[in-house]
Amino acid sequence: MEQFLDTFFSWQNIKDSAPSVIEGFKTNLSLMFVAEAAVLIWGLVLALLRGTRSRATAPLRWLTVGYIDLFRAVPGIVLIYMIGFGLPISGVPFFSHLSQYTLAALALTILYGAYVAEVYRAGIESIHWSQTAAARSLGLSQGKTMRFVVLPQAVRRVIPPLLNDFIGLQKDTALIGVIGILDGFRRAQIYAGQNFNLSSFTVLAACYVVITFPMTRLTDRLLRRDQERLRVGAR
Amino acid sequence: MADDSGGIFEPPASEPAAKDANFLELRGVEKRFGDHQVLNRIDLTVGEHELVSLIGASGCGKSTLLRCVNALEPIQGGTISLQGKVVSGTGVNVDEHRRDVGIVFQSFNLFPHMNVLQNIILAPRQVLGLKRQQAEERADALLQRVGLYEKRKQYPDSLSGGQQQRVAIVRALAMRPKLLLLDEITSALDPELVAEVLNIVRELAEEGMTMLVATHEMSFAREASSRICFLDQGVIREQGPPEQILSEPSDPRTQAFLKRIIEAGRL
Repeated sequence: MEQFLDTFFSWQNIKDSAPSVIEGFKTNLSLMFVAEAAVLIWGLVLALLRGTRSRATAPLRWLTVGYIDLFRAVPGIVLIYMIGFGLPISGVPFFSHLSQYTLAALALTILYGAYVAEVYRAGIESIHWSQTAAARSLGLSQGKTMRFVVLPQAVRRVIPPLLNDFIGLQKDTALIGVIGILDGFRRAQIYAGQNFNLSSFTVLAACYVVITFPMTRLTDRLLRRDQERLRVGAR
Repeated sequence: MADDSGGIFEPPASEPAAKDANFLELRGVEKRFGDHQVLNRIDLTVGEHELVSLIGASGCGKSTLLRCVNALEPIQGGTISLQGKVVSGTGVNVDEHRRDVGIVFQSFNLFPHMNVLQNIILAPRQVLGLKRQQAEERADALLQRVGLYEKRKQYPDSLSGGQQQRVAIVRALAMRPKLLLLDEITSALDPELVAEVLNIVRELAEEGMTMLVATHEMSFAREASSRICFLDQGVIREQGPPEQILSEPSDPRTQAFLKRIIEAGRL
């Protein structure tokens, strides 16, 4: 029992590894925010493309469906590896000169954009057609109907599943170590290897919990407040 | 606010001289959902300042007819024209057409994420390009008229059905439509809330708003309409002045329908 506790919860090792692990985790943290912001936009673009109805946009629609199917199937670590090591040696202009950090953000955005597109789509489709009918009957164009009537309601509805995907994304930032970024995971790994002790990973795990846990609580609170506002109407 | 003088419900000042007897004109309108023929060669006109009621059993095509007039449903045959201009078929700017035609739905269809004021000013601002202040003045005047000014910052879910429906009417009126379509607007209301909504429609009629109304309220149809059309299985069986249709119907199907209504104590 003592050996078990020492392996994971040695106070000395926690103290010694914390500065390095936390320093590395800052990279993960900033990557989370960058990728999440990009995913919010990219996922919406994909969802709107997929939701178009006209015949002219059909090729774009099928391309989007293919994209979503493809990147929901590819494991994150595979994509990060391919992009992080592949693009720099691929000779593709612009992309081959991006930093490892930017490539990691790109990979996560490509990957989670596919998930989030489906979340948005579910939200958009959950808004009753009578809302669209009401907006169109007032003379609003298709675009303005989407922007002012459908999307604001759809986004409210999908915040919980959206948050779910964001938690997934946040955890997957731990994969970027495979392309040589000295993030929290890599630093914890280095410490563990040198000291034959896993407490550095306990520090890392705690970092993720500390970030994720308040976010879920905050989202719950925001949602509840929004619900109350709609019902009571006071502003 | 110079353009807001006079009656608040006043229709846009289009050539006040001669009343246009064919303000809205439907000629041979056909509507099919797959194999199901919903509207069959509908001929119908609504004159300027006229209120025409559509009656008939549920599923007879009343709502579909209104939705076709507003281009929410495409038609498969015939033409619909407003003020002599064809507004159905391809090549018609539906957004432009819908600016002129307001519709109020049975289930209100207010936007739940917007408060009353936001619901009303959305289209005037986004479609007509009104400034916020202009749009709000217009909305406030209308809200005052229907007795809901103090509810302007509330959200639809906090209002009663009758209040929501009055807001929906105001939302349509804020676009200053030339024609107003009312699709069974009291059918989803508790009986005691029906009057507050119908009173507004009566006032609108008195002020000369042109309206096409699908309704189950026979007493309302009798006193407020200039004409009643009986619709059965997508066909207009009979139309004429309220007294003639409701008291001396000649078509056997109209007779049967009204008999059921009377037995249900609704006439």
